[in-house]
Amino acid sequence: MAVSVRDRVFAGALRLTGAAASTIVLLVVLYLCLGAIPALSELGIRRFFTDSGWFPSAGARDGAFNLTAMLAGTVATTIGAVALTAPLGVLSAIFSRFYAPASLRRPYQRIVELLAGIPSVVYGFWGLVCLVPLIRELAPPGPSLLAGILILTIMILPTVALLADAALEAIPLSQLEGAAALGLTRLTTLRDVVFPAARAGLGIAVVLGTMRAIGETMAVLMVCGNVVRMPDSVFAPVRTLTANIALELGYATAEHRSVLFVSGVMLMLIVLALVAVQERLRRRAALA
Amino acid sequence: MRENAMNLCLEERRPLGVRLADIALTAFAWGAALLIAGGFIWLLTDMIAGGARNLDLAFLTEAPARSGRSGGISTILVSTLLILGVCLSVSVPLGLGTAIVLSELSRGGDRSSRWIRASLDVLAGVPSIVFGLFGNAFFAVALGMGFSILSGGLTLACMVLPLLIRSIELSLSAVPDDYRRASAALDLSLFGTVTRVLLPAATPGLVAGLLLAIGRAMAETAALIFTSGYVDRMPGSLLDSGRALSIHIYDLAMNVPGGETNAYASALVLVLMLLAINASAAWLVDRIVRGGRAGRTV
Repeated sequence: MAVSVRDRVFAGALRLTGAAASTIVLLVVLYLCLGAIPALSELGIRRFFTDSGWFPSAGARDGAFNLTAMLAGTVATTIGAVALTAPLGVLSAIFSRFYAPASLRRPYQRIVELLAGIPSVVYGFWGLVCLVPLIRELAPPGPSLLAGILILTIMILPTVALLADAALEAIPLSQLEGAAALGLTRLTTLRDVVFPAARAGLGIAVVLGTMRAIGETMAVLMVCGNVVRMPDSVFAPVRTLTANIALELGYATAEHRSVLFVSGVMLMLIVLALVAVQERLRRRAALA
Repeated sequence: MRENAMNLCLEERRPLGVRLADIALTAFAWGAALLIAGGFIWLLTDMIAGGARNLDLAFLTEAPARSGRSGGISTILVSTLLILGVCLSVSVPLGLGTAIVLSELSRGGDRSSRWIRASLDVLAGVPSIVFGLFGNAFFAVALGMGFSILSGGLTLACMVLPLLIRSIELSLSAVPDDYRRASAALDLSLFGTVTRVLLPAATPGLVAGLLLAIGRAMAETAALIFTSGYVDRMPGSLLDSGRALSIHIYDLAMNVPGGETNAYASALVLVLMLLAINASAAWLVDRIVRGGRAGRTV
């Protein structure tokens, strides 16, 4: 079959768009690394963990570039949020699959979907005007690790709940009928039939939630207080890596700016590792 | 059907401990759902209670004054739309082309399509603040666009691309293969097949994908702070800095003492727009799914 010139041009143009789209990720990595190289070559990696604190604007010789407090902030908010979200998200999925009356299921699903579309800056603003004052009454100052954990939980919960729901939907109906035929209780059915079958899918849901929690900027920036200090309680203010970039990129120059790109590279590496975990889980889910 | 299978599990003559555990699980499942639904209602009522008082036509048509403490959001809305326009005019052609490559030109998955997919998977996971770093270094500094609507829109285009491509690809793959066979039987060219058969058949799905991408772009803040910037004047060209609505909310809440009332009203505007956009996308997807099912049973 003869392929017309127009078709060749058309297919070529399409492939060109595909090539352009897949180049973007390379550009992102390239420009992150270009930005990070000055700091890495002048300061070395060790100083990000051993310097006396975070005083980045004094220059390479007099400044201090310790990122550990921010790294701890990111890790603490993420772990806290995921620890709350994972059970709640799975319970929400169990509710909508197995407990919700038929008339409630669709509206409930809709609500979760709409929650997933609310912008992080609105969650952050809501946290600032509603949540932070409540925490302040409990234990001053208010903007705190706890506020960050709670806001992140509310933010990633819809994502985790929707994906967990999809994982439960993938379980063959025959297995549930088998469980019913054996006279298992709902609890036993969930524990011994549903969870083993959906484990990989639920894992994917939690990993994706973790990725969103690590990368989230605006909401934590608005409720966490942003003090650069190792958090010693859940009521202490913290600053995350993402918030640090958002706060300082505007005026940072020279090494300072470059260190912010280093923290961007750190975030990117964590995300890449999580994408790899997700890929393995996806393969396992496909095999099951 | 599913709930029937589960309801059969509920039997009355069991040891007390087992029954209590079952009741506890029921309570937890309902509790989680009530917590989520309650949170949604709390957030929505709080936004309405705080924002509705200040939200009127004048708020939408007046320019902000005194750093946004008074006045409206007209210039902010114009900037937001311009950023969105730049974002879509780049991401839609790129996304459409790439999605057609993935679903039509490389069925079965050759090496180049596997690479495209992998790169998009990674891109989808990049945190928005990292897009901000990239956009600042690449568009604003390296390409010399500075803090501008163009920088911000292009950064957003990179960000929404994975979502856009995935939803376009899904709606293309929902077109029945019979259409492709019929078009092959008529010896239609690739161009004809795509423009006359596939795209028209997939239109509702394409619109839904477009709406989702718009929703994502309008919700974004972190990627815009260091690309499109803070300036709240009316932009004169795409090379001017322009403040997006999301950034306006952030700035009023965090940096402007006494900005809370207008922050509330702006947040309400943003939430209402996003609810409308996302709800219509969900409605379209719903219609496609139902249409597909009806088609199969006939």
